Amino acid sequence: MTDLENKIIERAENLLESGEAARVVGWKKGEFYFDPSPAEFDSKEQLRDFVYNGFCGANLSKYLIQVSKKPGKTAVFLKPCDTFSLNQLVKEHRVNRDNIIAIGIECNGKLDIEKIKEKGVSAVTEASETGKEVTVSSLYGKSVMNKEDILLIKCLTCKSKKLVGVDETIVLGEMEEAPSDRFEEVEKLEKMTEAERFAFWKSQLSKCIRCNACRNVCPACSCVKCVFDNPQSGVAAKANDDEFEEQLFHIIRAFHVSGRCTDCGECSRVCPQRIPLHLLNRKFIKDINTCYGEYQAGEAADGKTPLTDYTVGDVEPNDVFNAGVRK
Amino acid sequence: MIKVDRTKADGMYAAISEKMPLFIPVKSAGEVNYAPWEKGADVSLDTLKTVKSAKDFFFPQSETMMRFKAEGKKIEIIDDRKEVAPFVIFGVRGCDYRSFDILDKVFLQEPVDTYYKERRDAAVIVTMACAKPEESCFCSVFGIDSADPKGDVTCYADDKYLYFKSNTDKGAKLMEIIGAFGTEGGEKEVEAQKKNTREIMEKLPFTHLDLSVFKPENLNKLFASEEWASLSEACLGCGTCTFVCPTCQCFDIRDFKTNDGVIRFRCWDSCMYSDFTQMAAANSRTTQLQRYRQRFMHKLVYYPSQYGGTYSCVGCGRCVNKCPQRLNIVKVIKRLGDKEND
Repeated sequence: MTDLENKIIERAENLLESGEAARVVGWKKGEFYFDPSPAEFDSKEQLRDFVYNGFCGANLSKYLIQVSKKPGKTAVFLKPCDTFSLNQLVKEHRVNRDNIIAIGIECNGKLDIEKIKEKGVSAVTEASETGKEVTVSSLYGKSVMNKEDILLIKCLTCKSKKLVGVDETIVLGEMEEAPSDRFEEVEKLEKMTEAERFAFWKSQLSKCIRCNACRNVCPACSCVKCVFDNPQSGVAAKANDDEFEEQLFHIIRAFHVSGRCTDCGECSRVCPQRIPLHLLNRKFIKDINTCYGEYQAGEAADGKTPLTDYTVGDVEPNDVFNAGVRK
Repeated sequence: MIKVDRTKADGMYAAISEKMPLFIPVKSAGEVNYAPWEKGADVSLDTLKTVKSAKDFFFPQSETMMRFKAEGKKIEIIDDRKEVAPFVIFGVRGCDYRSFDILDKVFLQEPVDTYYKERRDAAVIVTMACAKPEESCFCSVFGIDSADPKGDVTCYADDKYLYFKSNTDKGAKLMEIIGAFGTEGGEKEVEAQKKNTREIMEKLPFTHLDLSVFKPENLNKLFASEEWASLSEACLGCGTCTFVCPTCQCFDIRDFKTNDGVIRFRCWDSCMYSDFTQMAAANSRTTQLQRYRQRFMHKLVYYPSQYGGTYSCVGCGRCVNKCPQRLNIVKVIKRLGDKEND
């Protein structure tokens, strides 16, 4: 167990014991080292299963919508990325912030077990991180991997190591930001011809099985009932006309969360077909930055947002259309 | 047994696909799924688990059942189905192959689902023996021998060769094409591989899962277990587990109105979804706990109660790998099992 994990569990224990928090939201040990699940802990005894390791990629902020309605306070552990999501949910009045004790915790990027498996290592029993290297132990021995090669897609380009809007923090070491530019991939797509871009998205989105995992995990998708789940809506598209029809669902969803998406990357993490859905959202973030000035959703829990505010300096609709490199 | 050098595999695929459509695991946009073979396809036979299972061939995600056309007071019912021509599914693992038995019990009992049956009858199935099962595999719990699956033809693979053995008349016909690309032999290598695979299976972490509490007489007790609350708490209510599952068989039938009439289609449904079992008056399951419980009770208790004790899980482990929240049937089996055996 790392010092960081120890400190986090210690804090969870005393929050529960002192009665300051009625429950703690964190990650619970799974069947393996690499499969913890988000969970609620109500007692010290339950905390025996609490884990915080390289595979705790799940963003816990969306749980707070439901949990913050329960009696008593809920303490939650949030990685830097996740704190932006909580702030955004508070801004949208989806989470009752008064009922939450938000504890920001250290994160140096989370690991992707699928990428480890692709390197031919299975039956992983532990992954210990030292700087840029990860020592992965498995039933078949140890191998040292370059951390960058086995990070979750969402952690390859870290938007910030800031812990925003939290009540306290547990950070033991320096958090290093991933150096790469998060709009690099978007720019690559913008530079493609329309036909190339269409071919790219067609091949990616054709894989979609319409499981709705991206929508259900998304902190910005917090509608009580989604229009696509409503049989009365006439658009409850359970069946596709053709395999590319899913493009409409994903593009509409990206529009719906634009200006509110904090770029937490959960959509791409959960996709069973590993479709890089975050690229759609990043395109909108990039365009908003270009058209309305730099804006990071979730940075503040109040104030106006580019798409819900009007100023005389706003770009003309035609310029919005031309915001990309499309000529 | 026929032994084919892997460098000749593409030629063999081409020869098969000249006779009939050939579907095989192909890597496309980074993921491996079944796709029609075509020249240049990035075939990935060694991928243990395609993202979607092989059930799609018989029970596709959506299909048109019939069309209705109204003229005055007359309604014409149009069946657009064409005869299903024979096709080959290549590379079906032992777990997925067993899933066909589970689907058959549902779709081929009276009244027979003719949509399903036509495709099932037309398929020639080439199974693929596993050589490197991984930690999420637990087919052996359900009595499946992944080292030696059946089907019309069984294919075994090592780094250099593919070995083929025919099991049925349909298989013998396919072997006539395959035979031209190889030579007799390979029995020894295949036997060694089978032994090795079975040894690995024996050591895997889920191999000794205990299913003894999951029996019809425990239905009420299991249904009422307090464990469901914590087991389901992180469930997102997405359909990943149901859609990657080779045995999930629930569907919805809906009408789609067009200018020209009505199209009646069938599509996969998921018991994880909020509108599943929506009826005119109400929905019998209004919480995610109830939906989650339904899925696992169906696999482990309801289905076996109805079909002579066969579980509706083949231990492919796709839900273990793909659930975004890392919930899965193994956790359910272990937790409920531990509680009942205490």
